Amino acid sequence: MRQLSEHDIEALAIGAAILGTGGGGNPYIGKLRALQDLRNGRSVTLIGLDELDDEALVLSVGGIGAPIVSIEKLDEGREGERALRALEQFGGRKIDALISAEIGGGNAIEPLLTAALTGLPVVDGDGMGRAFPEMQMTTFSIYGHRSTPAAVADERGNVVLFQHSISEVWFERLARATVVAMGGSAIGAEAPMRGSYVKRAAVPATVTRAIALGEIVLGANRDHVSAIPLICAQERGRHLMDAKIVDLKRHLRGGFSVGDIQLEGIDEYAGSRAHVAFQNEFLSFERDGRVEVCVPDLVAILDVDSGHAITTEVLRYGQRVSVLGLPCHPLLRTAEALAVVGPQAFGLDGITFHPLGDHPR
Amino acid sequence: MLRIGVDVGGTNTDAVVLSGREILAAVKVPTTADVTSGLLEALGRVQELAAIEPHAVGLVVIGTTHFTNAVIERRHLSPTAVVRLCLPAAQCLMPMVDWPADLRAKIGDHVFLASGGVEFDGSPIASFDAADITRIGGAIRARGIDAIAVCGIFSPVRDQFEREAGELLAAACPGASITLSSSIGQLGLLERESATILNSALLELARRTVAALRQGVSACGLDCPMYLSQNDGTLLSAALAERFPVLTFASGPTNSMRGAAFLTGQSSAIVVDIGGTTTDVGLLHQGFPRQAGTTVDIGGVRTNFRMPDVFSIGLGGGSIVEEGGSAPRIGPQSVGFRLTEQARVFGGQVLTATDIAVAAGRAGIGDRARVADLTAGFVGQCEEIIERKLALAVDRSRVSAEPIPVIAVGGGSVLMRDRVAGLNVIRPAHYAVANAVGAAIAQASGEVDRIYSLDTLTREAALVDAEREARQKAVASGAAPESIVVTEREDVPLAYLRGNATRVRVKVIGDMRL
Repeated sequence: MRQLSEHDIEALAIGAAILGTGGGGNPYIGKLRALQDLRNGRSVTLIGLDELDDEALVLSVGGIGAPIVSIEKLDEGREGERALRALEQFGGRKIDALISAEIGGGNAIEPLLTAALTGLPVVDGDGMGRAFPEMQMTTFSIYGHRSTPAAVADERGNVVLFQHSISEVWFERLARATVVAMGGSAIGAEAPMRGSYVKRAAVPATVTRAIALGEIVLGANRDHVSAIPLICAQERGRHLMDAKIVDLKRHLRGGFSVGDIQLEGIDEYAGSRAHVAFQNEFLSFERDGRVEVCVPDLVAILDVDSGHAITTEVLRYGQRVSVLGLPCHPLLRTAEALAVVGPQAFGLDGITFHPLGDHPR
Repeated sequence: MLRIGVDVGGTNTDAVVLSGREILAAVKVPTTADVTSGLLEALGRVQELAAIEPHAVGLVVIGTTHFTNAVIERRHLSPTAVVRLCLPAAQCLMPMVDWPADLRAKIGDHVFLASGGVEFDGSPIASFDAADITRIGGAIRARGIDAIAVCGIFSPVRDQFEREAGELLAAACPGASITLSSSIGQLGLLERESATILNSALLELARRTVAALRQGVSACGLDCPMYLSQNDGTLLSAALAERFPVLTFASGPTNSMRGAAFLTGQSSAIVVDIGGTTTDVGLLHQGFPRQAGTTVDIGGVRTNFRMPDVFSIGLGGGSIVEEGGSAPRIGPQSVGFRLTEQARVFGGQVLTATDIAVAAGRAGIGDRARVADLTAGFVGQCEEIIERKLALAVDRSRVSAEPIPVIAVGGGSVLMRDRVAGLNVIRPAHYAVANAVGAAIAQASGEVDRIYSLDTLTREAALVDAEREARQKAVASGAAPESIVVTEREDVPLAYLRGNATRVRVKVIGDMRL
């Protein structure tokens, strides 16, 4: 158990963006809010999975909606708390802790904001260990937890409770429709989970890992050294290539940003070519006709100089990048998980998932 | 009709006279503290040199870094009240939350939240409360604040409540300078709001500066329209510049890139502007600078202006060369504008990048004998470092594998060889005044960036509507209607709001009616 500091928040925003593998939304607004909370005397306590009581009730809280709306219509501030109270009232029991469903990108910080307001601790873990585009792609959902009863809250004070949905797909459909009616951006909280289940299904220690990643980048920038080998060492990842983006195809399909990046090696990688496919997040890295890394393992594209993450929206021709492959957690590599977050789930037909080494413990 | 272009920089004021595509004269004089006398001298000398009469001039365009510098140096900023139309949303972060403390202190803590924001489809978040705005106006007046920034959620989609609030505040605070966010920024509440606040804080300076510029222009007998150049290289009338000074923030790099295009006749090229301390590299596409896709930092404040995507490196004619170690180090430290006193070839004691260019025999400036002691091996090593830095910056600005020319402008362009990163380098005549040339050739533009709800409108109809409005804006800015062309048109369906809403951005540009 420990209190998060302003430095932790700064580092978390950087690390969460790296684990976002090109997607997950920008943590900037969330970071500003968390820093403001700490400066105003509020605190955020992080607890390990081992400190969680088996009987505790754990709630995942996160933003839902269009990123463009969330940077224009900022939150009132207590949306997450209202969704939480609605579920407490419905279930007749107090929530004991909060957790992020997605450590990659902006939703890494959302539970911290509700934690600062309510005094509840945040569990050191999440439901992805990275970012994925859809709600049912969490380990919580993969291993059998159902999202309903769930609550969605807006800035006006409206709270919609989803008592029951017949499937996760139906919940996604109903929640999206509600969010559009609320103006395109809202805070959602899915059905509370037992501590015993969270211990089994959550990707462990991801908040700590994201903070450590951010610290590596901040430290490397301060010392004028490359962050890339240090990131690989922490994550047991592979430095796949330093490259220049030589072509970029991008289009929208079903509300997602889909595309392909052609890379040409630079420096010690000169002469080799590769490409990366993406759908909101980077999906696969292929070199010389061989897929070397694919989902659910992480393909991270970082600025070659600073080590900061580059998101799919700001990719452009001529950028010089480092491409890293980071092993995902074993929870994402089981047969059940691969059916939901493996290459076929993203339309990467004919690709077999070959794990990229061991995940760090 | 003749055009005069002027660049009022921190060090020099440059002026050029253009007749069609021909440059009749170009001058460079020191910038003065009062702006007016330096401008007057530049305008007077350039007209004399071109042997023209003032009545033959149809247009004067001035590019200036005055307002950017005021923000960077925290000078001449008025205390400003901020009225955010948002309630009940957006209470989680107050205006200026991510500003540097010293800049915030200049603006003061006069923040008011009210209702009047709208959703992405233009419907009100909560009903507009006129009485509350009038009460806020009274509070602002009581504090003696006479600059006000008004920023409503999604006001670029629908500006009605910002306008109504502006009128109520003007009535409550007679004589106050008011900026509405919908008139300057794009989507992204904090960034647009920050730009609006900076604009209001600069209004007093803008009035004084534009008056000084007007005085300089009319004092030398010119009685034609005067314009300022704005971020995207198009024109801003003096009357609009007085109201929207932030729109001139990035005119410097834009003008030098546009000037480079004009001087070489190239519409697609990489422009390398090598100054005394830094080198700016950007890409020209169809004669205009490629725009940055992300936020741009001005004096520590995140804004989302459309600004040229310029990559800067710490290398210029004045960059200091340090011997010793295994390899020489060049920049980012520079002697800057003191080059002509401190560089070795000018009799000084500091070894600079310019001295290397002279030693290598590529620049015939100063006294070459003063660098004769440098060994060929050392000079070659330094040349290689300079070339590698320039090549990296040029390479970074390429957007396709197609060969593209490189245009070298700016006083430090002697550092550049004839080829860089495998591309041919063009060195135009008048390269040192490319910035003023860029100002002189500016066109008029109009832009719309808005989210359309597609429930009642087709995507095509939304694009047509946006283009019509953009054309109206361009004509209002002085464009000849028949010359207007669409330079940017994009529509991006909003992720997660499938099919129902799309963000449309249309920009048009046309020649000035002369």
